Amino acid sequence: MAKKKAAELTWKDLNIGAIVTEPGNASELRTGDWRSQKPVFDLSKCTKCGLCYVYCPEGCIEENAEGYFEPNMYYCKGCGICAAECPRDVVTMVEEKEE
Amino acid sequence: MAKKVAIEVTEAVGEAVTLARADVVAAYPITPQSHIAEHLAELVADGELDATYVPVESEHSAMSACLGSSAVGARTFTATSGQGLELMHEVVYVASSMRLPIVMAVCNRALSSPLSVWGDHSDVMSVRDTGWIQIFVENGQETVDNTLCAFRIAEDPRVVLPVMIHLDGFHLSHMIEPIFFPEQNEVDKFIPPYKYPLPLTPEKPVSMGCFGAPFIYPETKKAQEVNLEASKKVILEVWKEFGEKFGRNYSPVEKYHSDGAKTLLLTMGSYSETAMAAMDEMRSEGKDVGLIRIRLWRPFPFAEFREAVKDAEVLVVLDRAISYGGPGGPVCSEVRAALYDQDKKPKIVGFVAGLGGRHITVDGFKYMVNRGKEISQKGSENEFEIYGVRE
Amino acid sequence: MENYIKIGKQTITKDEPLAPGHRACIGCGESLAVRLTCKAIGRNSIVICATGCIEVFSSPLPYTAWRIPWIHTLFENTAAVASGVESGLKVMTRKGKGPAEKVNVVAIGGDGGTVDIGMQALSGALERGHDFTYICFDNEAYMNTGIQRSSATPYGASTTTQPAGKVSIGQVTWKKNLPAIAVAHDIPYVATACPSYPFDLMAKVSKAVATPGPAYIHVLSVCPTGWRCPTDSTIKMGRLAVQTGIFPLYEVEDGQYKLSVSPAQLKPVTEYLKLQGRFRHLTEDSINKIQERVTKEYNKLKEKCAASTGNN
Repeated sequence: MAKKKAAELTWKDLNIGAIVTEPGNASELRTGDWRSQKPVFDLSKCTKCGLCYVYCPEGCIEENAEGYFEPNMYYCKGCGICAAECPRDVVTMVEEKEE
Repeated sequence: MAKKVAIEVTEAVGEAVTLARADVVAAYPITPQSHIAEHLAELVADGELDATYVPVESEHSAMSACLGSSAVGARTFTATSGQGLELMHEVVYVASSMRLPIVMAVCNRALSSPLSVWGDHSDVMSVRDTGWIQIFVENGQETVDNTLCAFRIAEDPRVVLPVMIHLDGFHLSHMIEPIFFPEQNEVDKFIPPYKYPLPLTPEKPVSMGCFGAPFIYPETKKAQEVNLEASKKVILEVWKEFGEKFGRNYSPVEKYHSDGAKTLLLTMGSYSETAMAAMDEMRSEGKDVGLIRIRLWRPFPFAEFREAVKDAEVLVVLDRAISYGGPGGPVCSEVRAALYDQDKKPKIVGFVAGLGGRHITVDGFKYMVNRGKEISQKGSENEFEIYGVRE
Repeated sequence: MENYIKIGKQTITKDEPLAPGHRACIGCGESLAVRLTCKAIGRNSIVICATGCIEVFSSPLPYTAWRIPWIHTLFENTAAVASGVESGLKVMTRKGKGPAEKVNVVAIGGDGGTVDIGMQALSGALERGHDFTYICFDNEAYMNTGIQRSSATPYGASTTTQPAGKVSIGQVTWKKNLPAIAVAHDIPYVATACPSYPFDLMAKVSKAVATPGPAYIHVLSVCPTGWRCPTDSTIKMGRLAVQTGIFPLYEVEDGQYKLSVSPAQLKPVTEYLKLQGRFRHLTEDSINKIQERVTKEYNKLKEKCAASTGNN
């Protein structure tokens, strides 16, 4: 059965007490649509210190197979904290272009 | 074999909660409920009630703690009165909208100002719209029986709603009455173990109390209303089963010589027993009068109520609460609304009396019935009358 | 691949009990603090949350960012609901129908929901000695509803209900000292923390949930939106708050004080204040007044620490 959009939910679709039983389903929202600037990672400078991973308020910087760190652009809001905190200037914030 | 005990009604509530094997009691003392909180504390201290007693620092925190314990799957009880019910007012709404089956005994008390520790129905009427199942009791036996039924009704998987038991402060709460208590094994068969459908547990994480924007809030409210209406069926089932098991029967609307009577008096709570004496006297004088009492206040028993008044020509309603600047008593307003669209309905006359613990004597009830009949024939300038105030 | 990441000598779990996709502001220090807290408490926890930024950005029906059990009811009753959760779990465990493993009971609220309207419930819960942890995420105003003042708003800050104006400096009172109030309740563990010192924060949270009885942590949550500073300055701002002595990091274990971060020399407060729009209106006089007060309070704290060392 195709999942209903939030605005299509009827009163019968709701759980008792409007309890939400899908943990973390907020991760459907593309918060990446919010940003007006985006981080560009030059991994040649990256020493895999992991600080960007720690400091990201979204928790959307992920460790890749080689152990380097990359932002998940689906969620990245473009705050620039990773750029500000990286000790090796791996990250540059550039203006996000309209598509 | 049930044992009969002479006991103060508040203490009897504590005994009933013990029989029901409550897990958590979170209560704050307030006259006239305090003996409930105190006796429960004694029962816990002596190991007779295996529960955690949370001596909270206010009624707001009492009901809030109840939310938490009910949400993890603990059978939860509290009690309050008057100002205490007002202080927890916003939390009361949350208990029902979050579908947490808390049971609460309310020793009905008048509201300040002036300060009054004595009984009336002002506190009850302020929580009319909160979405709880609400049951009125008139004597100690009814109090114990309905406290037991309350847990059973609240936790039924088809209901899962909090329940209030309303007993009159002082006039009922502080009476010492002979009460039959069922045996523990009988109660265990009557009230199954509590199993909340979606509890807070790391095994199956849920989020309770997410916020509702306009696009979804009304859907949650319709779901809540449909559920409260549907609970009536379960309430009747439980009362029927209670009657079969324990021999005492309860109905949404209780009748006393009311079938076919032309003039009816409507009361709620313990003053009904005095009203019954008034009915006996008037009937022995040849008056065609009867008494009805609403026991199930919420969900309102429209069908049973309309049936009970179908032959009456005059219905005199006693309210022990007042809606200032409005149509007088809340019960009278609801009764009028329930009958407005009926083709055949009695003339309805409302009285407000018994505020702040003021007694109403047998003669007082007789006066109201007679005066009510007079008003039904001759009309009145006023929307309602306040009876028993010195002019 | 491991389920943790090495950061220097430390490790941090990869698990994200708070899912991305939450609706916190860009650069929100509070959401980072909550994210780190969730990593420290782990999946075997129940979170009780107040109305406020956290609740609103993480739980818009029908969505939730929470991957662990979570309950929100009202604004001022978080500690009371947590008391109920803890009591319910305790009795259910005693009766053999509780969870297999002991669950962390963690209450979270903002400064408004803790130091103002939530004070009574917090005080009651601490006094009754429930085995739970209360974490106040302090962004120094009622940020969620539009930057209104709380009693945790610092002196001289401009908020919408105590704005700086022609005849006003903004907040005219000093920040209410919630950690001191918690210590006065004689509870086993009190600490201050800041996500700019992430491993210190996570260690303190872990210690708090492992401590039997009540624990209280006060977390400085930088709010670029309300403090009027750039979204990328969140971590720097928290660091400066600590380095100037405005928000010292310390622990109080059974009444014994210990500084967590002890700068050799405190930076002048102006380095912190000048970067935030909410302090933009302050005169040199006001800044000096703030400096005097911060220095005095920091010295008092150091004395308490020294006295505690003397007791060891």
